[in-house]
Amino acid sequence: MRRVTTTVTLNNQQVRAEAPPHYTLLRWLRDLVGAHEVKEGCGEGVCGACTVLVDGRPVSSCCVLAVEVDGAEVCTSRGLLHRDGTLSRLQQCFWEAGAAQCGFCTQGMLITASALLASGAKPSREEIREALRGNLCRCTGYQAIVNAVERAASAPEVPA
Amino acid sequence: MTEVLSPTIPPARFRVVNQPIKRADAREKIAGLTSYAADHELPGMLHAQLIRSLMPSARIIHRDVSRALEVPGVVAVLLGEDVPNNELSSGVPGQQVEIQAFRATSFVLATERVRYHGEPIAMIIASDEDALAEAEARVEIELQELPGVFDPEHALQPDAALVHESGNLLGSWSIDHGDIEAALGDADVVVEGEYATQFVDHAYLEPEAGVAWLDDEGVINIRSSTQVVEHFRDVAKILGLPHAKVRVIAPYLGGGFGGKEDMTVEPYLGLAVHRTGRPVKMVWSRLESLQARFKRHPMRLRYKTAATSDGTILGHDIEILADAGAYPLLSAYVLLYASINATGPYLCRNVRVRARAAYTNNTPCSAMRGFGGMQVVFGYESQMDKVARALSMDPAALRKRNSLAKGDRIPVGQPMLTTVWLSQCIDAAQAAAGPKPAPRDSRHVVGRGLACNIQPYGRAVWLNDSASAWVGFELDGSVVIRCGVTDVGGGQVSALAQIAAEILGVELEQVTVHFGDSARTPLAGTTTATRQLYMSGNATLQAATQLRDQILTGVAEGTGAPRDQLRMEPAGVAMPLGVLPLTEALAMCVRLGQSVQALSTFFGPRGREIGQQLATDRIYPDATFGAHVADVEVDLDTGEVRVLNYAACHDVGRAINPQSVEGQIIGAVAQGIGYALYERVVFQDGFNLTSGFFQYVIPSSQDLPEIKCVVLESGEGLGPFGARGIGEPPIGPCAATIASAVEDAIGVRLTRLPILPEHVVSCLRAPSVQGLPRN
Repeated sequence: MRRVTTTVTLNNQQVRAEAPPHYTLLRWLRDLVGAHEVKEGCGEGVCGACTVLVDGRPVSSCCVLAVEVDGAEVCTSRGLLHRDGTLSRLQQCFWEAGAAQCGFCTQGMLITASALLASGAKPSREEIREALRGNLCRCTGYQAIVNAVERAASAPEVPA
Repeated sequence: MTEVLSPTIPPARFRVVNQPIKRADAREKIAGLTSYAADHELPGMLHAQLIRSLMPSARIIHRDVSRALEVPGVVAVLLGEDVPNNELSSGVPGQQVEIQAFRATSFVLATERVRYHGEPIAMIIASDEDALAEAEARVEIELQELPGVFDPEHALQPDAALVHESGNLLGSWSIDHGDIEAALGDADVVVEGEYATQFVDHAYLEPEAGVAWLDDEGVINIRSSTQVVEHFRDVAKILGLPHAKVRVIAPYLGGGFGGKEDMTVEPYLGLAVHRTGRPVKMVWSRLESLQARFKRHPMRLRYKTAATSDGTILGHDIEILADAGAYPLLSAYVLLYASINATGPYLCRNVRVRARAAYTNNTPCSAMRGFGGMQVVFGYESQMDKVARALSMDPAALRKRNSLAKGDRIPVGQPMLTTVWLSQCIDAAQAAAGPKPAPRDSRHVVGRGLACNIQPYGRAVWLNDSASAWVGFELDGSVVIRCGVTDVGGGQVSALAQIAAEILGVELEQVTVHFGDSARTPLAGTTTATRQLYMSGNATLQAATQLRDQILTGVAEGTGAPRDQLRMEPAGVAMPLGVLPLTEALAMCVRLGQSVQALSTFFGPRGREIGQQLATDRIYPDATFGAHVADVEVDLDTGEVRVLNYAACHDVGRAINPQSVEGQIIGAVAQGIGYALYERVVFQDGFNLTSGFFQYVIPSSQDLPEIKCVVLESGEGLGPFGARGIGEPPIGPCAATIASAVEDAIGVRLTRLPILPEHVVSCLRAPSVQGLPRN
């Protein structure tokens, strides 16, 4: 089978892997470069568990091909951590608010929330709920997640 | 046996428990570091996939795997004949009299007959997923369609097609308590109702998955997303191996909700490793999970309720019919829990229950959060509202008047051993809900509803449940817990760390928990039946208490200080003349031969097995109570129901981690609102049409209101420090609460779930459509 090399900047590190051209970004990230924090919940772009940032924009990685993002910057939940491995403010707020129960949706949820907050906006709870509508969660009822995003938006990131 | 473990610490002095601590597991999950079942990888790992039936009822007339074996990368294609003991048999308890020790056998891989759409027939094992996909298209399976039966009522008719040769009645339970005929005759008011619930999927975000391998001791290790590591025995039986040669490890689960209580990938992974000797991964797609994974039972409920004019419930005459789908699994137990909970949290002196579960050629049903105790809430709470309306009585007052109290027995004979704070829950939920909102315009109406429930925690007493935990100090003062508990996301592991830290006087950060491993952690039973905090929590409490006593005894011996004046606290062992640092205390114990570890087993209450006719003195350990209030808005043009406001209150006895308790309650309400308004698995003549999340609609962040959660702590519960179980209870009242609110808004009781806009619209146009008299 023909294989294509894709190169991306994954969480500030350049990674490169060869894969058949039909590989989705999700599969490429999980199976070829070991980014297991990206989760497959449905494989059809509904649940949002596989959400990653591609050049700052949240996308369902199960619905794009790896070859489509060649040269792009990709960020996963691990990429939100500070360089020393401590939690970012958004992650810290998730932790304090009890926003992760089983934690499976959390990976995509964090990415969508980080995109929402990237502009420095202070969204209302309704706006947070709207932004997160494409990320399904079966454990929390979303409330603790909305609390976490609201809290993270209320103060800027404090450098570690 | 310890019935109630009396806490030795007054609540005001809790340091670690009862505090809203941040869970250690949550930090790792949020950092993206947790390795879930599908994330595990091993060198040389193969991949496996099931080939499933495309028909709901058929004879298997031809299977040919030769063309699939030609695909490069394919290692094996296995059929039922390749399984050493190709049986998954389920006992059906209490049914010996009526259907003579009936056992329905299901198969790891079907060989002659398939009974539901999605039943596994073959397994492909290959080096990569692309080879699996190519081989899948080349496995030839020819099915000859057989007559099927797709409705439980049809299934029980004499001429119905047989799902199993022994007949389509899976089992039945009866309760005859008091004199229901007399109660119906004496009543001032009798109300009747029929209610129907739907097939529901667990819809955990993490599909079923696992990785298995053979280790140096010849043990097959299966690391999978399961609620039950004790399935190692079932896998061993299937493979014809000694139990000791199979190990099941459960990493943190991406949700369970009962759907990972029965085995999922475990027998297939075990078989694949047994055949190939190589590591194997199996991950089910969302399609497989939705189409073939066991569902929550649809039930048809028929109630006739007798009451006096002052609002005393005299009795219920109840019929329950459950669709069990094609195989027995846990249906008999689910139906049992529906039967014993069918009168709700109310005193009821005259009851007749006739409950049956029928086989059909639909996807099998088994455990899901609520476990039969949930469907009946929709029945009994709808009836309570009807009685209230018939008597022009406040629905809350009617419920309080009939509430169970400590010492009362429910019709099956189970006593209420701890306090019943139902009235307090009703008051607190109503207070939290605040005033009912006004409709926004003339095309919308608003209504308020109330519903209550009782949900047991802990397993049926004749299962003689137990859980074990090991707690020990390392010599640097670290604490290690080993407990076979599995963590489905509810904080099951974290709670044990809190309990041990509280008793041993250490900081939470000093405690490490090894969990969910059938070979290396003491077995703690299933994470089901709302039992883990109760069972493993008490086991940990016992072990930690024993360990503390050992340390204090050692220090008393080593220092000569009076034993009764020693106390463990974060700095070390507090003595009358100062504090002995923990590391010195531990070194002292070791020198003196005093053990710094303890293993303890907690036993739940034991009792005798019940018969088909249900009457006993104890059936489960204890129960949790709650009350919910909702305000809904109904769009008079579209029939759409929107939940504006929701308040849920439960007495949890003692909240070990208040943050986890709130998470359980709010999360359960979200699932319950999905159950009430959106979710259903759709079948057409046995074909499961629900293939993706775009069809199976679980609530999104925009579908839910802000949920007000009130946690009451009566201090009475059989768990550690007086805790009650809270995993399942809060999902129970939701559908009845919403239906009650919709009725308040539009004047019609919806009796079928989910409450879809088209049902509401048809009610608005023709109130008789639902077939219900409006009392």
